[in-house]
Amino acid sequence: MTWFLDHLAQVGGLLVTHAYLAVVPLVVGLALAVPLGWLATRFPRLYTPLITASGLLYTIPSLALFVLMPLVLGLGILNPLNVIVALTLYTVALLVRTVADGLSSVPEQVRQAATAMGIGPVRRFVTVELPLAVPVIAAGLRVAAVSNVSIVSVAALIGIAQLGSLFTDGFARDFLDPIVVGIVACIVLALILDLAIVALARAVTPWLRGGRAG
Amino acid sequence: MNLIVAYLTDPAHWQGSGGIPARVLEHLIYTLVTLLVAAAIGVPLGLWVGHTGRGRWAVVNLVNGMRSVPTLGLLFVAVLVLGPRIRGDLAFVVPSILVLVVLAVPPILAGAYAGVDAVDPLARDAAKAMGMSSREVLFGVELPCALPLLFGGLRSAALQVVATATIAAAVSVGGLGRLLIDGQAVRDYGQMAAGAVLVAALALAVDLVFALVQRVAVSPGLVPARRRPIDRKNPTPANPVA
Amino acid sequence: MKLIRIAAAGVLAALALAGCAGNPMASSGAGASGESIVVGSANFPESELLADIYAEALKAKGVAVTTKLNIASRETYVPALKSGEINLIPEYTGNFAKYLNKDADVADEAKALAALRAALPDTLVALEPAKAQDKDAVVVTAATASKYSLTSIADLAPVAGQLVLGGPPEWPTRANGVPGLASVYGVTFKEFKPLDVAGPLSVQALKNDQVQATNLFTTDPSIKANGFVVLDDPKNLFGAQNVIPVITKAKASDTVKGALNAVSAKLDTDTLAGLVTKVVVDKKDASAVASEWLKAQGLA
Repeated sequence: MTWFLDHLAQVGGLLVTHAYLAVVPLVVGLALAVPLGWLATRFPRLYTPLITASGLLYTIPSLALFVLMPLVLGLGILNPLNVIVALTLYTVALLVRTVADGLSSVPEQVRQAATAMGIGPVRRFVTVELPLAVPVIAAGLRVAAVSNVSIVSVAALIGIAQLGSLFTDGFARDFLDPIVVGIVACIVLALILDLAIVALARAVTPWLRGGRAG
Repeated sequence: MNLIVAYLTDPAHWQGSGGIPARVLEHLIYTLVTLLVAAAIGVPLGLWVGHTGRGRWAVVNLVNGMRSVPTLGLLFVAVLVLGPRIRGDLAFVVPSILVLVVLAVPPILAGAYAGVDAVDPLARDAAKAMGMSSREVLFGVELPCALPLLFGGLRSAALQVVATATIAAAVSVGGLGRLLIDGQAVRDYGQMAAGAVLVAALALAVDLVFALVQRVAVSPGLVPARRRPIDRKNPTPANPVA
Repeated sequence: MKLIRIAAAGVLAALALAGCAGNPMASSGAGASGESIVVGSANFPESELLADIYAEALKAKGVAVTTKLNIASRETYVPALKSGEINLIPEYTGNFAKYLNKDADVADEAKALAALRAALPDTLVALEPAKAQDKDAVVVTAATASKYSLTSIADLAPVAGQLVLGGPPEWPTRANGVPGLASVYGVTFKEFKPLDVAGPLSVQALKNDQVQATNLFTTDPSIKANGFVVLDDPKNLFGAQNVIPVITKAKASDTVKGALNAVSAKLDTDTLAGLVTKVVVDKKDASAVASEWLKAQGLA
């Protein structure tokens, strides 16, 4: 592990970039998936087409999406925004179904009780349905986070510098150390994101923690 | 779009060892072999964990851990370590299949033990009451009841393998990934886009086949009721399964 | 109510973090001399090494340098060079000339240089070439060479139909790749296997007899290490390949030109091969090897 210690700063920098490229799509993807998931539950006829479309989106190979994005977006070939947009698409594709399933798992009686209390539809969605769907959505978000970390590394094949660059550099020189360090760093990053999402989900669902009220 | 059509309609691309049919076949073979190996590992292990309830914590963490391994990195390690030790053309294929198996086992394993978990305890009790041995319960009751979730896991694994097998082309393996890697090397957008479309189409086809097999293999009694639109104005009590 | 506040705070915090942390990949501002340059490289270690050498030499003269390394092959980085996403790249006279103009005559150093300068678009300029050359080569194992009595590429013509050629995925369409072998030497192989850019896949495949001939670079240490045989190129298909910096004209200030030409003056083939060996065989960092060499030459 001397290689790792000698290159701590370099690996650290790549880790930060990698985290940035993986997390921004999670946030944006979630923001986009919530309305889409809501549409799927509100208009059940949209459920199947939306889910099928997102399933199809997820099967597009990441390398293809990374290389074709500059064409579609008109950005420079080396612009990391291409990676972020591509990953956002993958995140949305994963989360639409989760959000839809989460929202439809809210018992109908709870919805009706909220309406009976005089809570309007928008407020009911934000304060009642969405919070109750958090456990399911958080589970989907965890899978998306881990998946994103792995997919970002593929962008090394087109020259975007992140932990995946350790893979391509090590491979080109027949040198295992950087590759192993990169793999471990990716796993650690995935673990950190996973724990962060669990913590965030727990923070916004105090009623599930039991014991204390409110 | 024009580029894709132009690439797909060029007859030269449909012939020879580098033609589209050859690549699709290679891709299918890699997927099939991967799924067979992964199922051989994941299904028995998952059934055992679900049936005995032992080792659950270890298996769940193993599954999550395996999911977070970056495929590209593992692929490079596998080729550097195993490649020189294998003779002939398989030198790059075997490490790739290995890495794809690592990718495919988590969903299959999860589907297997979640499936057994989801078996109605009443059914298990009834089986025991009828005098079935533990093994008979597993194969006669739990496995059939676990099939829906198990198939869900298999289909999820199949999709991931079809999509990710494309990366193996970075280590000189065949399959539809070649259209992507070779297209990227020369910036032939038509080739790359056509490759992406073909992969998506193949994934759909594989999923369809699995869906058909699932319909045949899974007992109709386990199929959940059709999703009915939520009639907000006249909520009806849940109807019995058709 | 409280929940909304928590949720809103959480979202705001996340967005703030994303915004404040900014784009970790944003390049640094102008350097001491007020100039900034983006240096790119292709996806093989020697190109990365040369890019690092240029980058360190420029930094020593006070230029702010950002590096964007490992950008695949010419088909990817040349558009980036033309569009200004990268400003400087280490290139090879003959191959780059042929890439820009399929019919360029690159038979010797002078012709290759002239052809390159003629073929470059107006926005780009090629500075002074180095003595160092790194050519493509068709390489076979010692066993294959003795089996078919091969000393030059021309000797492959009668037997190539039974053999498999390996090379980078872009070779089937490159002027000096598969088509060049056919038109200049009449050599057509039974099959072409796409491997990598003269990297471990090519070396492994050759050792393993998955391919009987492959494309490696003449400075590659694995040729000597494995006892491979480099086939002669009497008709000069692979041309002269002097290492040369290609840069956007607008960025080619006197400081920059001075620094880069000084590097070219000190770089010859043996030196380059030695540096590449340090990176690929001794597994030293390209940037460390670059700094070390520049300091020893008094250029950094």
